[in-house]
Amino acid sequence: MTARTEKRSSRVDEGIGESAPRPDGIAKLKGEFEYAQDQWVEGMLWGATTRSPHPHARVLSIDVAPALAIGGVHAVLTADDVPGRASFGLEHSDQPVLAGERVNFWGEPVAVVAAEDDATARRAAAAVVVEYERLEPLTDPEDADSQGEVFRRVRIRRGDQSASGSVVIEGFYEVGMQDQAPLGTEAGLAVPDGHGGVDLYATSQFVHADHEQVVASLGLRPDQVRAHPAGIGGAFGAREDVNLHIHLCLLALHTGQPVKMVYHRSESFTGHVHRHPARMWYRHEADEEGNLVRVRAKISIDGGAYASTTAAVLANACYFAVGPYNCESVSVDGVGTRTNNPPCGAMRGFGAVQACFAHEAQMDRLADVLGMDPLELRRKNALESGDPMPTTGQVIETPLPTVEVIDSLAAMPIPEESERAGLPGGSGLTTEEHHVVRGIGYAMGIKNLGFSEGFDDFAQARVLLTPGGAIVETAAIEVGQGLVTVLAQIARSAMGVSRAEVRHVDTSRIDSAGSTSASRQTQMSGGATLQASSRLRARILEHFAGDDLNDDGVWRDGELVVPMSRVTDEKWEETVTFRHPPTSPPDDDGQGVVHADFALAAHRAVVDVDPELGLVTVVRVDTAQDVGKALNPQSVIGQIEGGIMQGVGLAVMEELILEDGVIRNPNFTDYLLPTILDAPDVEALLIEQEGSWGPFGAKGVGEPPTISSTAAVVAAIRDATGRALTRVPVRPQDIAL
Amino acid sequence: MEVHHPTSLPDALRAVAAGATPLAGGTDLMVEINFGHVLPDHVVGLRRVEELKSWEDSRIGAGVTWRRIDEHGPKALAEAARTVGSPQIRNAGTIGGNVATASPAGDGLPFLAAVDASIELASPTSARHLLWSDFFVGVKQTAKASDELIVAVRLPERLPSRQAFGKIGVRNAMVIATVGCVVTRDDDGETTVALGSVAPTPMRAHRAEEMISAETSPSGSALAEFQRLVSEEVRPITDHRSTEEYRRHAAGVLARRLLERCLR
Amino acid sequence: MMVSFTLNGSPATGRVERPVSLLDFLRDELEVTGSKSACEQGECGSCSVILDGVVVCSCLVMAADVEGSSVTTVEGLESEETLNAVQRAMHETGAVQCGFCTPGIVVAATDLFSHNPSPTTVEIKEALAGNICRCTGYGAIIRAFETLAEESA
Repeated sequence: MTARTEKRSSRVDEGIGESAPRPDGIAKLKGEFEYAQDQWVEGMLWGATTRSPHPHARVLSIDVAPALAIGGVHAVLTADDVPGRASFGLEHSDQPVLAGERVNFWGEPVAVVAAEDDATARRAAAAVVVEYERLEPLTDPEDADSQGEVFRRVRIRRGDQSASGSVVIEGFYEVGMQDQAPLGTEAGLAVPDGHGGVDLYATSQFVHADHEQVVASLGLRPDQVRAHPAGIGGAFGAREDVNLHIHLCLLALHTGQPVKMVYHRSESFTGHVHRHPARMWYRHEADEEGNLVRVRAKISIDGGAYASTTAAVLANACYFAVGPYNCESVSVDGVGTRTNNPPCGAMRGFGAVQACFAHEAQMDRLADVLGMDPLELRRKNALESGDPMPTTGQVIETPLPTVEVIDSLAAMPIPEESERAGLPGGSGLTTEEHHVVRGIGYAMGIKNLGFSEGFDDFAQARVLLTPGGAIVETAAIEVGQGLVTVLAQIARSAMGVSRAEVRHVDTSRIDSAGSTSASRQTQMSGGATLQASSRLRARILEHFAGDDLNDDGVWRDGELVVPMSRVTDEKWEETVTFRHPPTSPPDDDGQGVVHADFALAAHRAVVDVDPELGLVTVVRVDTAQDVGKALNPQSVIGQIEGGIMQGVGLAVMEELILEDGVIRNPNFTDYLLPTILDAPDVEALLIEQEGSWGPFGAKGVGEPPTISSTAAVVAAIRDATGRALTRVPVRPQDIAL
Repeated sequence: MEVHHPTSLPDALRAVAAGATPLAGGTDLMVEINFGHVLPDHVVGLRRVEELKSWEDSRIGAGVTWRRIDEHGPKALAEAARTVGSPQIRNAGTIGGNVATASPAGDGLPFLAAVDASIELASPTSARHLLWSDFFVGVKQTAKASDELIVAVRLPERLPSRQAFGKIGVRNAMVIATVGCVVTRDDDGETTVALGSVAPTPMRAHRAEEMISAETSPSGSALAEFQRLVSEEVRPITDHRSTEEYRRHAAGVLARRLLERCLR
Repeated sequence: MMVSFTLNGSPATGRVERPVSLLDFLRDELEVTGSKSACEQGECGSCSVILDGVVVCSCLVMAADVEGSSVTTVEGLESEETLNAVQRAMHETGAVQCGFCTPGIVVAATDLFSHNPSPTTVEIKEALAGNICRCTGYGAIIRAFETLAEESA
């Protein structure tokens, strides 16, 4: 029967380009959303970890008997109990699952226990007696470099290495160790399946990578382990690496019972990798007109005790060492050192943050010497689509609206403050109006999107059409950024149906979506969702010989020919593995097509400084960002504001302080995160130049806000104080003394 | 585990004398418990004891919260109250707890030092009060006996007419003091300056006080000398929160600014 | 020992054998998991609850000390079907990302608006200064409550 339904517009509500609300928002607001920390199953045990109190020591003996003697303790496992590969790692398997012979960083796991409750487990972990012979820790990256303790060296040579300019700026810059500090600590639950296998539900940014590493260390077949996406309280890079995952599975299989583990905050600070601290030497040479003639850089980042992603972070720092500027003569030498400091790895911005702090300070100094406006200098050297990357020589083929970003930011008014945000010193009442000097600073940064250097980067998604609407199945992790919102928006728009939901499935039911990192999921899993949706729609239309599909069903020539209830009598699903344009490893000079896409942003910071006390309030940060196409403007703004806040944190307060390899401030009393009273006002302009390979021309948006906001804030503090400020975070003593 | 919930002071004192760990706002003790540093099995909860919450003129019950002090306290103490932790902490944390913990960075302590407050202690069989300088004996160490409870803080009946509080921290809220300071100046010019986070206990900068108290209308150079003397008198250390050098500098600057505020 | 108190308007009882925090007691013993644990020291506000009429960090309340008290968590703020005004405002401005801080912010802001229906921006910020959010940069949170304050004015 042909319905006389009035055909609605084929444009669906809450499709792409709209600020659709989060599907999990209401559950989160009501406290009903289940995070990894909230999981509970009947009969579960609690796990805890015995950690090294030394940054470097030989393990002479481990006595688990005192821990096992505690009532309610079911298992105490050490390195000897790891049945498969003894080590793990994202790029190189160099980190012991449990340290057996030697501990290489403060807080390294030595034993894990399972007990009937959390407190008993922690007590048992503390009762494990480990005899150590302390060794001298190697903590200075320069010493490590000279001793050959390195994870990777990067060498980039492009253009005439004898070129020189009449204006020379040389500088040395340092970036402290920042922590992602996601509010949800590491947590998970492992459930044995009764047949020798295990199901893992743990905090992660990349369940397929967890799966691979768990399988290897447990000595199981891949089909015996299923890693499930779990509810995540933020990530920012901290959850790319394995931490408690293998431990939980070991304990669950050993005891035959489900085991849950939740890190406390202090443990979280040792349990995940951090942003690499960096030391950078730069020499910029320009002609009298301000054209960059030659840039040289030496970049040293400290990877700490184990490899994690140091090699890739270092490469990124080097590839983006010049920033979004043209220069025909470039040399960069990078080293990622191995020390007994805490392991460092991924954090939002991934190497580009460190380099940006240095290259933007250099650009400002250059502008100053030349007597040029800092934005004019940047515009003059702007790297745009069609230009070769100054470092790798890769010609940029996707849109890169650098000049538009600069001009848009420059044109943004600085509003009069209607209500003063607060003076430096805040509630401490240290500062009055007449103590304050205002400063304004600019910075811009560029970074790759997606994985690079020839990595086979793909994401699989499956789209189904059911009576309840479209379903997107994926193993891509929602960390809070809104992937669940945007994938549903893409499915709605591409399928033409108004109901779509994202369903997370485990590693046995779908192939990898890759990591939720590198600003990549909107483009990668979004790309897979778009292709799968489009193909599925085309197949349905072809099958029913229709020309349109919407909630009512399949249409032909303006008439409903098959109602949705009949369409979904059949099973409709389409699985797509999406790949971005291929990249390749660099040659010996660091040259090649190593990246798939790029994005950039520029920031203008306004700060109030009390120079005598060295206190800073960041009043506002304005930005223009290259987003390709904003699929959900509200989510994009959320990424921008959140990313800026983390950049502000690195600029003025966030640092893990090390003393001989030991973290002195592994807690929220002393690792300071910005509060709402530290939040600057933010105005963001989204620069949309479609043409990227992302769905509907979208680019990833998560990292650019964090890259140059730090540099902009410090530039503003320099403007206010005249201080050189070559290190972040800027501490009061750096300004006042 | 044994927990008492007395509603009267004598019952509370008996529990303390019997070895129970006093629990006021919990904002210090619970951190120690959560971090596994202490595990008391005998606790006396004090928040139901009305006597401890009473506040009569210059006698502030130990159980008075920072929120109440923020709303009703003398000027510089209220200013200090506003910097204690967050709203949640101020709703729970008490002045008695701040005194009992005796952290060098205790936000309320510089005021007590500046006005020469006394700490009132009681046990089932005794009651005494100690001047602040006799009470605070070291980092997190006090002269309180183990069977005693802090029951009140006694301020002088007449407080200096001008007083100002300031606290340096690198975050605009919820931050441990890098330097805390209270300056008071009375109509006759008598000036006190008390500082926190720059010595094992709250301290007074006596030489600076003496110098500036003699100045009826301090000149710019007198203010500079005052700043210099404060910087000289403090005994700060370098730790993960700041450096000795910065704390020394900042203590002087802050004290001078607070004095200027008092002189206006 | 047993502890009895009023939780979200209903009587609640549980066994306490150690000096655990109210937060751990709620989450692990009573399986009321809306309040989140993120710092264990009152520095993040994720565990905010209303105890006898005032907002506190439940990680700093000893469970055994709530005997006879009244505790309201995020679960107790509104009926099952609806969002309260604070929750609705946050939903509309996109003030939720990972959501781990959200229950604490909902509790603190609900308390603020119950005492002060049209707070200024400064009052909003001061009331939420104890609630750390790592995702949003606070912009959408401030917009949510500025809008709500305007509606209430």
